[in-house]
Amino acid sequence: MTFQLFVFFLFSAVTLLSAVAVVTMRNPIYAALFLILAFFSSAATWVLLEAEFLGVVLVLVYVGAVMVLFLFVIMMLDIQIDTLREGFIRYLPVGLMVAIAMAVELILVMKSGVFNRDIPEPSPLSVSNTESLGEVLYTEYVFPFEIAAIILVVAIIAAIVLTHRRRKGVKKQDPSKQVRVRREDRVRLVKMKSEEKQ
Amino acid sequence: MQLIPMGFEVPNFTPAIPEIFLLAGACFVLLADLFVSDKNRFITYLMAQVVLLITAGLVLTNFGSETITTFSDMFVLDPMAQVLKVALILVTVGVFVYSRDYLRDRHMYRGEYFTLGLFAVLGMMIMVSAQTMLLIYLGLELLSLAMYALVAFKRDDGRASEAAMKYFVLGAIASGMLLYGMSFIYGITGSLHLAHISSYMSSNPVMQNVGLLLGLAFVIVGLGFKLGAVPFHMWVPDVYDGAPTSVTMFLGTAPKIAAFAMIIRLLAEGLGDMVQGWQQILAILAALSVVLGNIIAIAQTNIKRMLAYSTISHMGFVLMGILAGTQTGYAASMFYIITYAIISMGGFAVIIYLSKNGKEADQLDDLKGLSSTHPWVAFMMMLFLFAMAGVPPTVGFYAKLSVITAVVDVNLIWLAVLAVVMSVIGAYYYLRAIKLMYFDKPNEARNIETTFRNNEVEAYSTSVVNSSLDFTVLLSINGLAVLLLGILPGALMSLCLYAIQASL
Repeated sequence: MTFQLFVFFLFSAVTLLSAVAVVTMRNPIYAALFLILAFFSSAATWVLLEAEFLGVVLVLVYVGAVMVLFLFVIMMLDIQIDTLREGFIRYLPVGLMVAIAMAVELILVMKSGVFNRDIPEPSPLSVSNTESLGEVLYTEYVFPFEIAAIILVVAIIAAIVLTHRRRKGVKKQDPSKQVRVRREDRVRLVKMKSEEKQ
Repeated sequence: MQLIPMGFEVPNFTPAIPEIFLLAGACFVLLADLFVSDKNRFITYLMAQVVLLITAGLVLTNFGSETITTFSDMFVLDPMAQVLKVALILVTVGVFVYSRDYLRDRHMYRGEYFTLGLFAVLGMMIMVSAQTMLLIYLGLELLSLAMYALVAFKRDDGRASEAAMKYFVLGAIASGMLLYGMSFIYGITGSLHLAHISSYMSSNPVMQNVGLLLGLAFVIVGLGFKLGAVPFHMWVPDVYDGAPTSVTMFLGTAPKIAAFAMIIRLLAEGLGDMVQGWQQILAILAALSVVLGNIIAIAQTNIKRMLAYSTISHMGFVLMGILAGTQTGYAASMFYIITYAIISMGGFAVIIYLSKNGKEADQLDDLKGLSSTHPWVAFMMMLFLFAMAGVPPTVGFYAKLSVITAVVDVNLIWLAVLAVVMSVIGAYYYLRAIKLMYFDKPNEARNIETTFRNNEVEAYSTSVVNSSLDFTVLLSINGLAVLLLGILPGALMSLCLYAIQASL
C-alpha cells in the first residue's frame, strides 16, 4: 500500500463516518460541526486528485462561509431537538429498506464493470489546475457560468421579496430633513393674555 | 498577456440574442421598478409586457432558418426551440394580463412579481435551447427558484407558505434525483453533451448496460417529479391549491411547455437509443397518471385542486405521445402541451374573474348559476372545460386523438384503450362543473359564506372592481382560440410536425 493510498483511505473513512454522524447526532450543533469535518476531508480527497483549486474553494466557501452562517442560524433559532427527532424510530424501518435497496442497486451497478474506463493521465505538473480551470470557465463554459450568476441574482431577489418589509413608525434620522428645517416648523409663537391676578 | 486562449473562437452570440435581451430587460425592469411608486405599478407591468413581446419578436426574426449551435455546442437554436419559446412567451404575456387585477386586489401588485416572472421565462428558454445536461439543469434551477418565490409571494398567508415549502423540498429532491441520474450517464458516456451521449449510444450496446439503465431511471424520476406525473405527483394538488391563483395559472402553463422540451432533449435527443427502456417506464407513468388524475379529480370540491388532478391526467397524455418514440408522436405531444397551456390558462382566468373583491372563488359551488349572472364568461368556461374533457369541436379532442393515434401506431393498444376509458370517466367532473354553471340557481348566500370561510379582512374593505377591458378581451380570444384550433388544427399541427422533423 502506497502512502497515497493510505491517505486516500484515511480521508474517505473520515468523510463517511462524519457523514453518518451528521444524520445521527442528537445535537444540531454537533451535526453541523461534523458536516464541516465531512467537507474538510472531502476537500483533502480533492487535493489528492490534484484538484487543488476545488479543494481550496470547498474549504473557503462551504466551511468558511456557508457552514458558519448555518451555525449562526442554528444558534439563533431555538430548535426543539425532541420534535425534530419525532418519528425517527417510526420511519427507520422504511428508511433502512430504501437505503438497503439503493445500496444493493448501486453495488450491482459498480460490480457490473460499467465504469471500467481508461483512467485519463494526470496533466503534467507544469500546468496549474487553477489556470486551466479559469481558461475553460470563461471560454468554453461561459454560457453556463453566466447562467449560474443569474441564478444567484434570482436567489437574492427572491430572498429580499420574501423577507423585506417596509415598517411603519420607524424612528430613523433623515439628515436632509433635519437641515432643511425652518423656524416655523419647530417654534410657534402663541399670543396669550396674561392672567389676571386673583 | 493574452486575453483569449489560443485556439478559442469567440462564440456566435446571434442565436442567443432573445435570451440576452430578456436578461437585460429583466434587470432593467428590476431597477426601474425602484423608482415607480405603488400607485403607478402599472408602468412596471407595461415594461415587463413590452420586454416579453420584444423577446418573442426577436425569436421570430430568424424563424425557419437552419439549426444553429453556439457556445461550444451547448446552445441550439432549432425550429422546435423557436416554436416552444414563442409559445411559452405568449402564454406568459397572457398570464400577466390575467394576473393584474388579481394582484391589485390582494396587495400583491409589486414589481418583483413581474421580474421573477421574466427570470422564470429566461430559465425556460434556456431549458428549451439546452444541448448539454449542464444547461438543462441550470435552466431548470433558474425556473424553479423563481417559481418557489412566486408561490410564496403572498408571504403572510400560511397556506401559500406551506405550499411553497412543499414545492421547494420536493423540487430539491427532484433536482437531486435528476443530477444523480445525469452523473451516471456522464460517468459512462464521458460527456455532458447530448450529441456526444447520443453518438456513444449508437456505437455501444446500451440496453445491457446496467449503469446507463440506472441513470435513466433516476433521470425519469426527476423528470416525473417536475412534470407531476404519478407516482411523483404528491406536490401538485397542494401547491396548486395553496399558491395564489395567478401563480397557479403561471405554474400550470408555461413551465409545462419547458418541461416538455426538457424531456424531448434528454430522452429523445440524448438517450434516443434507449427508447425501449424509457418507453416501458413512461408507459407505466402515463397509465398511472391518467387513471389516478381522473379518478381522484371526481372527489374534489375545490376547483383549483380539481384542475390540479386534471393537470396530472393531462401530463399522462403528454407522456403518451413522447413514449411512442416516433416523430409524429413527439409532434402530437408538442401540440398537446401547447394547446393544454392555452386551455388551462383560460380555465384559471375564469377562476380569477370570479374571485373578486379579495375573496377566493375556488369552490365548485362558486360556479353555480354562472350562466345567468355572467353568460359570456360561463360560455368561455364551458369551452375550456369541454376542451379539457376532449369534446369536439374544441381543440382538446384533436389533441387527445393525435396522441392516442401515436400510441396505437406503436402497438400499445392497452394504453390507448385505457386512455379513452379514463377520458370518459374524466368527462364526468368537467360536465359536473358545466351543469353547475348552466342548470343550477346562483348561490345567494355565496358571498357571505366565502367571506366567512376565508376570513379575509380586505373582503370587507375593497369595493367592487370590474375586470379590465384587456382581461375580458383576452378571455374571449382565449376561448375562441380553443374553439378555432379545434375546428382548424391543421396549421398548428403541421407547425409542430415541421419543428420536430427539422430538429430531431
